[in-house]
Formats: sequence, C-alpha cells, structure tokens
Amino acid sequence: MMNCKQATALMSQALDRRLTIAERAELKLHLMMCSGCRNFGQQMHELRDITRLYAKGTSTEKNNDDEP
Amino acid sequence: MSDESALLGLQDPEFLAELRLQMLKFATLQLKDAVLAEDAVQEAMLGALKNHSAFNRRSALKTWVFAVLKHKIVDLMRQQQRYVSQDTDTDTDTDTNDEAWMDGLFNARGHWYRGQRPVKWQHPEREVENHHFWRVFDICLNALPEHYARFFMMREFLELSTADICHTESISENNLNVTLYRARLKLRQCLDNGWFQKGDTP
Repeated sequence: MMNCKQATALMSQALDRRLTIAERAELKLHLMMCSGCRNFGQQMHELRDITRLYAKGTSTEKNNDDEP
Repeated sequence: MSDESALLGLQDPEFLAELRLQMLKFATLQLKDAVLAEDAVQEAMLGALKNHSAFNRRSALKTWVFAVLKHKIVDLMRQQQRYVSQDTDTDTDTDTNDEAWMDGLFNARGHWYRGQRPVKWQHPEREVENHHFWRVFDICLNALPEHYARFFMMREFLELSTADICHTESISENNLNVTLYRARLKLRQCLDNGWFQKGDTP
C-alpha cells in the first residue's frame, strides 16, 4: 500500500514524466483516501503555474498600466 | 526619450534598477558565474532599450526582456557545460539535513503528521496579482539549497526537459527526480507558511 511520502514523490514525478499504468492506479487509490495528498497534488500544479508567471509577476508595478 | 519610453519606465531609474536586479539574481542562480550573468543581463537590457518602441506597457517590456535572457542563459549553459556541475554530488550535507527535515513532515509509516497535512490554497490565481506575494516567493526560492533552486528553475521557469537538464548538469534522472521533489516540497511549505496560511495581505 502506497504511503503519503511515496504518493507525493510520484506526484512530483508526474510533472516530469508520464507515470506507468500501475503507478497511476496505485496513486489514484491512495488519493481516494487521502485529502492531504489530494491538496498536495493540486498545489504542485499551482506551483508550476505560479513559477511560470514569475518573470511577469515579480513586478513593482500594480498592473494598472495595461491600458494601451 | 519620448512619452512612450516614460510610460515604459525606461526613464524610471527605480524600475530599471529593480528589473536589472531581478534578472541578475535569476541569471546568477542559473549560470553560477557573476561575470557571465552580468553580461547576459546587460545584453538583454540593451536590446530592450533599443527596441522600446515595440512595447506599449511595462509588463510587455518585462516579459520580453526575460524571454531574451532565458534564451541567452540556455545558450551559455550549453557552452559552459563542460566546466560546470561536477560539484552537485558533493552536497551530502544538504541531503542528510533534508532527510531529517522530511522526517518532520512524515511519520515512520510515511504518512503526513497531522499538522503538516496540506490544506487547500485559496485563490492562488489571485495572489499572483499581489506584489507582496512575489516577495515571499523570492524569499522562498532563495532559501532553497543552491542546486535545488537551479534545477527547479531550469525545469519550471526555463521549461527545459528533464533529459536536457540531466545532460547539461551531468546527473542521473533519479538524482534529478529526488532534487525536484525536495525543491517542490520545500517551496510548497515555504509558500504555505509565508503566505497562504497567513490570511490576507500583510
């Protein structure tokens, strides 16, 4: 049975490679029972989105200059 | 200088200085060479100043400058490949410390300790509009061990493939997986503590 440490490591790898069918099945089973890891998985995607915005977001301006 | 260059912030020394500093931090993190980083940033900035009429607002200018810098860095990393990165496997102290750190997150059976279990982040897409958030993000990134931050930013910011990173850094895929996992765990926790569980803007 997969534990949270293994599940979170696998969710990190899922951002970098395609998981095998067996890995996905085991992960899915774990996530059905574990809200903490479900939240973690969601946050991994959010972390990726945030990081991609890093260059645009580290601004000192207040985003009120978007009118042409 | 015209009105539009003023609008872009090209006459705003504070804006330019901060932009330059951000780029420099990022380039230095990636290249591990202050002189190379300085050159790369200089080139990207000069290009932006020359082409400023192509941008009608600051955020467009900034996005463009960073895009130029990203490409410059990737090029430089390919060139200096044979000189760098023999030092990534000497970080055994980091590894040992992080084993202990992870024992604080997960119990002996590998399950979250009650207080460590992740709680949903509220509206992360809204927080990126807040410049205080980005200060916390900067702090969290800088708090990572140097090679964690570098691999993480290569993957997530430069959007390099894992194969490219392993090749450039001469590390195994397993080594990269472990490092990215720890970097993400640490960043997640730092953002959680420093921002998302703190409630609204300080």
